[in-house]
Amino acid sequence: MLEASQLECVRGDRRLFAGVSFRLEGGELLNLQGKNGAGKTSLLRMLVGLAQPVAGEITWRGEPIRKLAEDYRAELCYMGHHNAIKEELTPLENLLASARLSGEPLSEEQALEALYAVGLAGREDLQAKYLSQGQKRRVALARLIHERRALWVLDEPFVALDVAAVDMVAGLIGAHLQRGGLAVMTTHQAVTIPAGAVREYRLGA
Amino acid sequence: MNNRLINWFKFASPATFYPLAGKMIPWFVALSVVFGVAGLYLGMFVAPTDFQQGEGYRIIFIHVPASWMSMFIYLVMAFWAALGLAFNTRLSGMMATALAPTGALMAFLSLWTGALWGKPMWGTWWVWDARLTSELILLFLYIGFIALQSAIDDPRRADKAGAVLALVGVVNIPIIYFSVKWWNTLHQGASVSLTKSPSMAATMLWAMLLVALCFWMYSIAVALGRARNIMLERERHTEWVRQLLAGKES
Amino acid sequence: MLDLLFAVIARDLKLALRRQADLVSALFFFIIVVSLFPLGVGPEMDMLRKMAPGVLWVAALLATMLTLPRLFGDDYRDGTLEQLVLAPQPLPVTVLGKMAAHWLTSGLPLTLLAPVLGLQFDLSADGLLVLTLALLVGTPSLSAIGAIGAALTLGLRGGGVLVSLLVLPLYIPVLIFGAGAVDAAVSGLGFEAHLSLLGALLAGSLFFAPWATAAALKISLE
Repeated sequence: MLEASQLECVRGDRRLFAGVSFRLEGGELLNLQGKNGAGKTSLLRMLVGLAQPVAGEITWRGEPIRKLAEDYRAELCYMGHHNAIKEELTPLENLLASARLSGEPLSEEQALEALYAVGLAGREDLQAKYLSQGQKRRVALARLIHERRALWVLDEPFVALDVAAVDMVAGLIGAHLQRGGLAVMTTHQAVTIPAGAVREYRLGA
Repeated sequence: MNNRLINWFKFASPATFYPLAGKMIPWFVALSVVFGVAGLYLGMFVAPTDFQQGEGYRIIFIHVPASWMSMFIYLVMAFWAALGLAFNTRLSGMMATALAPTGALMAFLSLWTGALWGKPMWGTWWVWDARLTSELILLFLYIGFIALQSAIDDPRRADKAGAVLALVGVVNIPIIYFSVKWWNTLHQGASVSLTKSPSMAATMLWAMLLVALCFWMYSIAVALGRARNIMLERERHTEWVRQLLAGKES
Repeated sequence: MLDLLFAVIARDLKLALRRQADLVSALFFFIIVVSLFPLGVGPEMDMLRKMAPGVLWVAALLATMLTLPRLFGDDYRDGTLEQLVLAPQPLPVTVLGKMAAHWLTSGLPLTLLAPVLGLQFDLSADGLLVLTLALLVGTPSLSAIGAIGAALTLGLRGGGVLVSLLVLPLYIPVLIFGAGAVDAAVSGLGFEAHLSLLGALLAGSLFFAPWATAAALKISLE
């Protein structure tokens, strides 16, 4: 469903990678490996359309993602390095606002359910700036629970999480794959995903 | 027919364009000198002395062509910018970046010669008439473009950002000119425009056209030269640049 | 479409209310700059009265410029801008919402404060009225056009000054018609033409600026 062919990335003067090709089907997770600076984040940003490859093409269900534009974006969920939450809003307000901005219907109950599921019960009405790094990350991850998107693109999702949270997220990814979803992920940690087929792709040497 | 289509995109590659530009530059320099000599001769020696302004007026043979060129270069810059955004060709961005300093130079030259003309005429080094004020704003637009591109490290982002700015500028220039004219007529009803002469003798027009052509050829030559430098700098890691530099050293 | 617009405006307004310092500092900047002019040119009322339209408008322009970096800056730094760009929604509409919220938190307060400052320059009642009207129609254009500059300079060093360099030349038509309107009102001439031109500029910028800004955002995020 997701296919990348002959992707090439140039950052400033350096050619980070070239000839990157892979195919991903439903139920599969692509674990992107590579040293620091190999271009993993750049590749993920290309997959979601934030960055343009110098050469090569990315297709979703056979159509180039540039052509699909909004339709493609409606099926994907991207989590980058930043948490993408506003510090002055509470976790509850953050979830409700981002759902409204995406045009997704989300009731307060559903938002609270998602926040409880990521372990933020009792913190949902505290402005995010008072939360710890790990807690802020959990707010960001709450999206994975209430949004039903086919493709998850996760850039180092386990950073700042404690062991219990890491297991929880791994479980979420596994459940997503079992439902037929796809995921592309980079992580430096050795994590076992309880379900779905995990493939590895190495960037650079 | 097919061959010609393919050939255009071949020249869009810096590796092909670099030597081609190198061959063209001497021709443009030569043309520039020819036009310049002809135009200045006409302007300085043949055109009649102005009955009101004496010999000092002759500076318009530099002032007016410089104004025309400053405007024309901005349009060409915007054209290359639009091309680069539409087709994502690297060369278009380089051409736009190469043209900007020359455009700014023309604008500055126009302002400076305008001031030199104004001093003996009106006694002040500057006059806030519509033409000069619009020219000043055009200079600001050029400087903004150059400043934006120098603030961005990534050449691709710099090209695209500059392109958006150039296109926004191009759309705004008529609006700015109109508003400045409006402002000028409101506040200074009776002032005389620096370039409004009762009648333009044919020789004067010819002289201005020739000098304009001189500036045009000069601008092309300089822009091509600058573009070549930009190409070398940006593509220094590619094969063709390495071979070129190796060839030079031997 | 409207839903998205209101969602963006609601979110940004809520954020602005919780971060009041930004709101208030722009207003104080406006007051201070306006007060600098009499200090610079002398307190003679006749001269100040003549300068008033220009001074008030220039100060409003500068105060607006000051608030531009935070139009997209905060969202850029915490990653929410990326999510806005990735949302399955038309980006120009989202951008329009941000421009509207920006105006509500900068242009509108300036417009409401201006007549009070106009009194310091002994502007007539007609002048004050037209000043308010002109600012009301003109300041939204400033938010719209300024957004383009803010989007182009995201994350660059020298951000604030660079934005000013890019955007101030584009503000000149608004300045000319805006100050011209007040001048005309004070001299008893017709100011309708000026206001219509300001209206035309507003319509034009509301139509084109969101597209240009959306394109600039995508370029800056690459």
